[in-house]
Amino acid sequence: MAAPDTNPDVSALAAAPGLEEWHLDLHAHGSRREEAVGHLHALLLRAARFEVFRRRGSLPQLSSAELDELAQDAADDAAVSVLRRLGDFRGESSFRTWAYKFALLEASVKVRRRAWRDREVQLEPEAWENVRYPGPGPDADAETAALFESVREGIQDALTPRQRQVLVAVVLEGVPIDVLAERLGSNRNALYKMLHDARRRLREHVAASGHLEET
Amino acid sequence: MTGRDLDPTLVRLLGSGEPELDCDECFANLDRYVELELAGAPADAHIPGLRAHLVGCPACAEEHESLRALLELDSVS
Repeated sequence: MAAPDTNPDVSALAAAPGLEEWHLDLHAHGSRREEAVGHLHALLLRAARFEVFRRRGSLPQLSSAELDELAQDAADDAAVSVLRRLGDFRGESSFRTWAYKFALLEASVKVRRRAWRDREVQLEPEAWENVRYPGPGPDADAETAALFESVREGIQDALTPRQRQVLVAVVLEGVPIDVLAERLGSNRNALYKMLHDARRRLREHVAASGHLEET
Repeated sequence: MTGRDLDPTLVRLLGSGEPELDCDECFANLDRYVELELAGAPADAHIPGLRAHLVGCPACAEEHESLRALLELDSVS
């Protein structure tokens, strides 16, 4: 494959003020590519630091240096992902925005996993039994209370054990989906599909009981 | 009762019921979606199902918020 190291068009674009075409050099070889990779890493580190420090409230035990180390790790992993998936960039957004999302994903996943690292994930299917209308109060709503009861029945009768486990952990216990995926040896997308299917079954159950109009 | 006036816990349990993207599809489109939003363009019309996914997926919703906030920060710095 011809290395566009000396491609004048690419160089001109990279040098053009206001144009973010430096990323084309990520496809090059030699020093131009190294320079572009350095630029990419700096961009990703900026995004990863932004995310880690934005979510630092969930990691009160970490010092600034440890938070920065987490951001560095996220930027490193994001750089690998970006370079592996360069062919997916179709120019539908700016390259900067496209690259940022990889760093934000890596950083947010690392923050969630770190925050839960020493916490036991309670996969208690019984937790659904506590699903109750938070009322009653002066504005107690009988219809909502009945809907809660129908949902509780649905969790018990309409879901598979695995669907129940995922729904309870993510929705009722507040376990981040990445953390749950790691503990279950799965991935976010697969677990979300399971959650989505569980919700659909619940809605069908509740609609069949006459408590909810299907949308 | 319709899905539009549900208790928040029920919304999280039942989801929106609207067609939605999955996490991988959301990630693939997130950059374009946020740029459309910030440009004031009808992002939901361009990328149907992404908004519904953000409502149902707290992790993707966090990443959407962060990308939007970072781009907003870039635009003023």
